[in-house]
Parts: sequence; structure tokens; C-alpha cells
Amino acid sequence: MLEAPSPDGPVLRRTGAKDRTLATSAAQRSSRWLTSLQVWVAVILLVIVFGSALLAAFVAPYDPNEIGLDKALQAPSVQHWFGTDQLGRDVLSRVIWGGQVSLLIAACAVALAGAFGTLLGLVAGYFGGAVDRAVMWIADVQFSLPAVILALVLVGAVGPSFANIVIVLTLANWARFARVIRSEALSLKSRDFVLLAKLGGASPLRIIAHHILPNVLGTFIVLATLDVGLIIILEATLSFLGLGVQPPDPSWGTMIADGRGYLERAWWISVCPGLALMATVLSGNLLGDTLRDRLNPIQRRRW
Amino acid sequence: MLRYLTIRIAQSIVTVLLVTMIIFVIIRLIGDPTHLMLPPEATEADRELLRQQMGLSDPVVVQYWRYLLQLLHGDMGMSYRFSLPALDVVLGRIGPTLLLTCTSLAIGILVGVPLGVASAVRPDGWIDFLAKGIALFGQAAPPFFFGLIFVLVFSVQLGWLPTSGYGGPQYLIMPSIALGWYSAAGLMRLTRSNMMEVLTSEYVKMARIKGVPERAVVYKHALKNAALPVLTFASLQFGILMGGAVSIESVFAWPGMGKLILDSIANLDYAVVQAAVTLSALMFTAINLTVDLLYAYIDPRIRYA
Repeated sequence: MLEAPSPDGPVLRRTGAKDRTLATSAAQRSSRWLTSLQVWVAVILLVIVFGSALLAAFVAPYDPNEIGLDKALQAPSVQHWFGTDQLGRDVLSRVIWGGQVSLLIAACAVALAGAFGTLLGLVAGYFGGAVDRAVMWIADVQFSLPAVILALVLVGAVGPSFANIVIVLTLANWARFARVIRSEALSLKSRDFVLLAKLGGASPLRIIAHHILPNVLGTFIVLATLDVGLIIILEATLSFLGLGVQPPDPSWGTMIADGRGYLERAWWISVCPGLALMATVLSGNLLGDTLRDRLNPIQRRRW
Repeated sequence: MLRYLTIRIAQSIVTVLLVTMIIFVIIRLIGDPTHLMLPPEATEADRELLRQQMGLSDPVVVQYWRYLLQLLHGDMGMSYRFSLPALDVVLGRIGPTLLLTCTSLAIGILVGVPLGVASAVRPDGWIDFLAKGIALFGQAAPPFFFGLIFVLVFSVQLGWLPTSGYGGPQYLIMPSIALGWYSAAGLMRLTRSNMMEVLTSEYVKMARIKGVPERAVVYKHALKNAALPVLTFASLQFGILMGGAVSIESVFAWPGMGKLILDSIANLDYAVVQAAVTLSALMFTAINLTVDLLYAYIDPRIRYA
């Protein structure tokens, strides 16, 4: 593990507290060990979730849409690890196939929102002036409409197809990228290497593509990793409210909604897809935080 | 200060105008309300007549201008479903939503800020560990999932609280905690990282060298400076809470604006959707404006920037 000196390490601590130095260093050691354990757990969980989503056709034990009313509402067992739902469908198979849908939507939306937001952020930050003001104004407008409400109204207007959901999620998420990347581009453009490139006669396009973009890539990766979780949650919310992925196609949000009426008799219908979602988002966030700390050691000890 | 005030208010007005424009265009995409208002056996001519009466066949720009003028008079159109002014329908539902979001925000602040401070003061201590757990889980699942888990545990299994409905404080507990958890997580992270930054600053070191008691250093010198970004963040939380309220209201059958928006989208009652979304954007912008002005009042560096 990389051992960078932390800004508020034991030396600084001594000025403030009494004699906590020894105890803290032990605590720090265990905390560092815990962090690497967390990262490993996160990576393993993500590999399982993404792997089974990719290979759903081979991994899922049953057909996710196969109805068998004689097997309805069975509790988790050896045959059905996550039980069966109100129509006798295997919940595990539906969680796996639902994961494929949810993750595919999230991946497309993050890629689009990231590309779109980064591009606008780079242009706004580099050129400044009226372009900057216009972009940031649109971003402000997007921020003043709660994302869930904006997405609901949009999907209500255009209908819940796969492409529409991806576009709506993109529209509800690009501004975060634009803001952060803009401020990075703003500070990068007055750095010596950019000024030198300018003196060398490089065009704005070349400066943005060759000198600024590579320097914001780290930030972009961190933002994108953290955004996956937000978009998965937003998609699940839309699907839960009936304006996302449409039945009979499984998605984590629709499955949680399916089980609402059966909480008393069959908790597993809602809880299993919910836990799958939670494990995915939790792992994504942990990984994003770790990446941020690695790429930005000054703020290392945030969590 | 006056200059800053004017600019900031003008900005907010333009933002609200752009928001109304976007909402207006989206709503016009939703569909033709005449299908809903006329019986199925009505002829195309009847439909056309109604469209003309409602002004739906005019150019969109004309319709928008008319809408804007009406908006200034507090007229947001009629709800087809309730046969009432859309604004009245929305205002009737705004109380429960405000009760829910404000309680959730209060929970977020009361849990998030103290835990954030405590974990920054003793990083890697047990409070830090606990707070990190609360924050990680709070940001890992949508509020409605926590809502369902709470119902499962506290209503179905233990029978302590009612599963859903609106009324006394016992109805408010589960929805507001489910909704507030997410905000608590964000506030905790932000408070912690700000406090850690401030606690290593020169003036905190100076205060410690002077022999100021540790309590006073943390709460008087550090927290006051770390609290400003937290204030802005809390005001931004309000929008997130309004969005989260939609799913929470649906889970707990809470008679608020979120549920009204959902039902109105399903019933193509677009005057109500328009009024509700405009009003929530208006409230959100007003809150952000207030906090920004407050911020400028507290921190003089802002207004001269």
C-alpha cells in the first residue's frame, strides 16, 4: 500500500490532544488494514454483481419470466436461494437479469452524462466569458429542479423506453460533471505548460484535448465511479414508481415495488433485489472514495 | 452588498424563468388532454373545438407567453381531474410534504453535524467508525428501500408503528428517518472533512498554543468556520429531499405533493404537474437564494468576490 505522509498525522496531533499519539497510531494501523479489507470486499462484490449480470444467460438458474403459480411465494430454499415471487418466478434469476438491465442503463447514462458534462465543463472552463456563464446557467437550472422530479416528468412526457430512460438520467446528471471539470479546467488553463503550448501556437482544440483533458481524467474517473451509485439509485426510484423499466422485464426497482404488497408473507421479494442494489452501490462508493484518496492525497483522510 | 444582492436576485429570477420554460415544453410533450376530457365517442371536430377553446392549437410560444402572464397572476390553469384551480390543488398538498421534508432535514442536521464533528475530533475512534458506517449505508440505497425495511421490521414484525398513513407523530417517524438518513450521511461527510481541515489550520493551532480549552477550540473556533459550507449544503439537500419525498410518499401513502405529481402524470392532469413542479422549483430557488444571502452576510469575502 502506498504510504504517503498524512497531513494530520501523529506529529500534528500532539499539539492538540494530550497523549493520544500511541493509541492513535495503533488505531490508524487497524484502520488502514480495515480500509484495504473494505476495498477487497468491494472489488469482490462488484466482480460478482457485474460478472453475473454480464453472464446472466449462463449464471441464472431459471428463466426470470417463467411463471409457475403452484410455486408462488416460496421462502428461500436450496432450489430457490432467494425464494419465489407472487407469480412463482425465481427471485435469484430475476435479481441477476434485473442487475443486467439496471447496470446497463447506469453504465450508458454515466458514460453519456460524463462525456457530455466533461465536454461542456472543459469548454466553459477554458474559454470562460459568455460561454462559461451560459453553461453554468443551464447547470444552475438543472440543479434547481430536483433530479427525481425532473426525471419523472420527463419520462412521463416521452414514455419509459430504454433509450428514453438513459437520456433522462443523462439530463438529470450531466451538470455535476460540468461543474467540477469546469473548475479544474479553469485552474489548469493558467498553468505554465498550457501557456507554453499556447506560445507554441497550439489551437484551443489541441490544448483542450492534449493538455487539459489528460489532467482532468483522474477527477473524471472518481466522479464517474461515484455517479454510478447515484444513477443506479435514480433508475431504481423511477422503476419503483412505475416510470422506469416496464414489467415483465425485471429490474431492481420494479422488483422492490412488486414485493411491496407481500411484505408480511414474502419479505424476500423486495428485500433480495434491494440488498443486491445496496451491495452494488456501497461497493461502488467505497471504490470511488478510495480512488479519490489515492489520486488526491491531500484530502486522503476524508471518508 | 447591495450590488451582490441585486445580481443574485436577478440570477434567481432568470433561473426560475428558464425552469418554467423547460417545464412548459416538457408538459406539452406529455399528450393531448382532450382525449381525457371528452367521451370516447366524441368526433374529431368536437375535439378540435375544445382544443381551440383551451388555446391548445395556438403556437407554443403564444401558449407560453399566456402561461407566463397567468403565472404572474397566480393562475396556473385548471385541474381536469379535480375541476379546481391547479394551484389550489397543489397548495392543499404542500403542507404534508413540507412537514416530511423539514423533519427529515432536521434529522439530517441533528444527526449529521454532531457525528461529523465527533468523528473529526477523534479520527479512527469508535464514533468515527460508527459514523462512517451510518454514512456509507445511508448513501447506498434509495430512501424507499429503507422505508420498506422499516415497515417490515417495526410494523410487520414488531407492530410498534403504523405501516402507512398521515396523522399523529407516530406516522411521521419512519418516513422521515428513511428520508433523512441520506441527508445525514452527506452532512456527516462534509462536516467531518471540513472540521478536519479547519482543525489543522494556523488559527486553531494558535488557539491551542494560547491554551484555549479543547472544547472551546472545537466548538467556538473550528466549528464556526467549518459550518458555512455545511449551511449551503443543507440548503441543497432540500431539493434532494423533495425528490426523495416522491417515493417515500408513495410507500407510506403520505398525502403530499410527490404523490400528487405521480397521480397527475398517470392521469395526464398536466396543469397540476406544471403547478407542482414550478412551485417546488420556486421554493428550492428561494431557499438557495436566502442561504446565499445569509452566507454573504456572515462571510464578507463572498460579497466582494
